[in-house]
Amino acid sequence: MTTNLPTRPFQSSVAIEDITGLKERSLGQRLLASQPFWVTIALIIMCAVMTWDQPDAFASADNFYNITRNFAFIGIMAVGMTAVILTGGIDLSVGSLMGLVGVVCGLVLQAGYHWAAAVLAGLFAGGAAGAVNGLLIAYVGLPAFVVTLGMLSVARSLAIVLSENKMIYEFGPWGDTFNALGGGSVLGIANPVWTLLVLALVFGFVFNATAWGNYLYAIGSNENAARLTGVPVRRIKLQAYIVSGLTAALASVLIVGWQGSAINALGQGYELRVIASTVIGGADLMGGQGSAYGAVVGAALIEVIRNSLLMAGVDSNWQGAFVGLFIVLAVLLQRIRGKRSA
Amino acid sequence: MALLELQGIAKHFGAIEALKGVDLSIQAGEVVGLMGDNGAGKSTLVRVIAGNFRPSEGEIRIEGQTKHFHKPVDARAEGIEVVYQDLALCDNLTAAANVFLGREMKRRIGPIKILDYAAMYARVAELFSELKSETRPRDLVRQMSGGQRQAVAIARTRLSDARIVLMDEPTAAISVRQVAEVLGLIRRLRDKGIAVVLISHRMPDVFAVSDRVVVMRRGTKVADKSVNQTSPEEVTGLITGAIHTA
Ligand SMILES: Nc1ncnc2c1ncn2[C@@H]1O[C@H](COP(=O)(O)OP(=O)(O)OP(=O)(O)O)[C@@H](O)[C@H]1O
Ligand SMILES: [Mg+2]
Repeated sequence: MTTNLPTRPFQSSVAIEDITGLKERSLGQRLLASQPFWVTIALIIMCAVMTWDQPDAFASADNFYNITRNFAFIGIMAVGMTAVILTGGIDLSVGSLMGLVGVVCGLVLQAGYHWAAAVLAGLFAGGAAGAVNGLLIAYVGLPAFVVTLGMLSVARSLAIVLSENKMIYEFGPWGDTFNALGGGSVLGIANPVWTLLVLALVFGFVFNATAWGNYLYAIGSNENAARLTGVPVRRIKLQAYIVSGLTAALASVLIVGWQGSAINALGQGYELRVIASTVIGGADLMGGQGSAYGAVVGAALIEVIRNSLLMAGVDSNWQGAFVGLFIVLAVLLQRIRGKRSA
Repeated sequence: MALLELQGIAKHFGAIEALKGVDLSIQAGEVVGLMGDNGAGKSTLVRVIAGNFRPSEGEIRIEGQTKHFHKPVDARAEGIEVVYQDLALCDNLTAAANVFLGREMKRRIGPIKILDYAAMYARVAELFSELKSETRPRDLVRQMSGGQRQAVAIARTRLSDARIVLMDEPTAAISVRQVAEVLGLIRRLRDKGIAVVLISHRMPDVFAVSDRVVVMRRGTKVADKSVNQTSPEEVTGLITGAIHTA
């Protein structure tokens, strides 16, 4: 809705500050108080240390390609998850949705259909599952935790049933084109990384510059107030879960293409890595705080640490322990910072 | 014809009868002070008028026409603006974003509409200076004082051309100087022909600006008198129940 108020000279906002003599927080101060900034610093330090320690293994072009591609899948989902977390919700179903979407894509390709049909079917499956989540949460009023936990189970089970518990790898005539989507690269950077870059820019813009983005923050910080002031709370929440379902589907389409096969176990446990990424990047699980950039650096930090541990010879089975630890640490950090600024 | 007319309004929450057969009529440019003890049903009445609650019984008429408000936006479309008792603010948003929440100013860039922050900041700064409040449009509401928060909630009602402004305890958390500003604002609204309902526990404020005082007790209206024909003592008696009706 555009208000037809007369626009007035901008000077008035200067005038009130002159009267009160109070200054707003400068850009520098705001930067120092932002979690994504500190995570970025941590990321840079991590990379610098690893480059110094293992110049050949870590700082190689190959490893850079691998790291960026690996976190791109998580990052793509984390950007969609940010929309949900901003509203104060959570989507635990994204990992299972990857499995379901992967199987759907595999079956469509196996049946000999065009690669675009496979992509659309995959996105549709993800979007539809997100819509079911959103309807139950926003319109029926069930807790997000319960609904998406249910979807986690349902989607995984559907994936197993549809795939008859077999790996799908005979992708038919369009298989190569489909695989090139997720497995290919442009200018030496993997396609999933480009996808993440575009998605992060688009959502960074949407979160900050549009009414829709503003409403996500409003709902997350005081849902009741948002409703009273005329924000279409239910519709926006529904849309947030659809976005999350769609980004999970997009990540799945790309990962299936990269691996050249679809298994129903795809994405198992990813929900935790995705949520960890957003939280480490500064999103507040209570809602109302978070950013697309934060989700991306959060995902990057987790992957660099994982990669470093592998290089340091730590058993890869420790991964889950570290992700879990980071989630708790990130929330703890938020608490401490929150207390200080309050 | 009355601008706003309530007839036989009742509201039940399960077994609780928060409102029972309330009649009220308000003329344009009239200031009505609404008083009553805690739990008397004042906020519930405001929320019925504002479209937050559907009344269990009764009718709401605006300029003689029966209205059914299904949501707050419906009431706002009729020119009804509200300052809620809990202020209904989003802590993680800036003052400006809160004032404009649900009716943002936008700018078109090609096919997409983006928020026009510059225009919103400017307009909100102007509203704050009008309220003589030292509140900065870009500050997060979370960091604000009680009085600043109240200024944000009041500024919200000044965005569009309201016909009826309902203020639920607008002076509860603010300084003496700001109370004077709010009372001044209420008088200015009245002079523009806007009807104001002021809910307050502060007797002097109510008597300073109101044309009429309405007293509620346990969900019913027990008095509706011109300020000239009553006194703080009588109103106190009515609120506590020492005097039954007037
Ligand atoms: N949503 C609700 N559900 C159930 N009961 C409610 C609800 N809202 C209000 N009530 C009840 O209705 C009665 C009137 O409450 P209301 O908030 O209107 O009082 P009030 O006059 O505004 O009091 P105060 O001066 O404390 O603000 C109270 O008994 C309250 O418990
Ligand atoms: Mg009240």
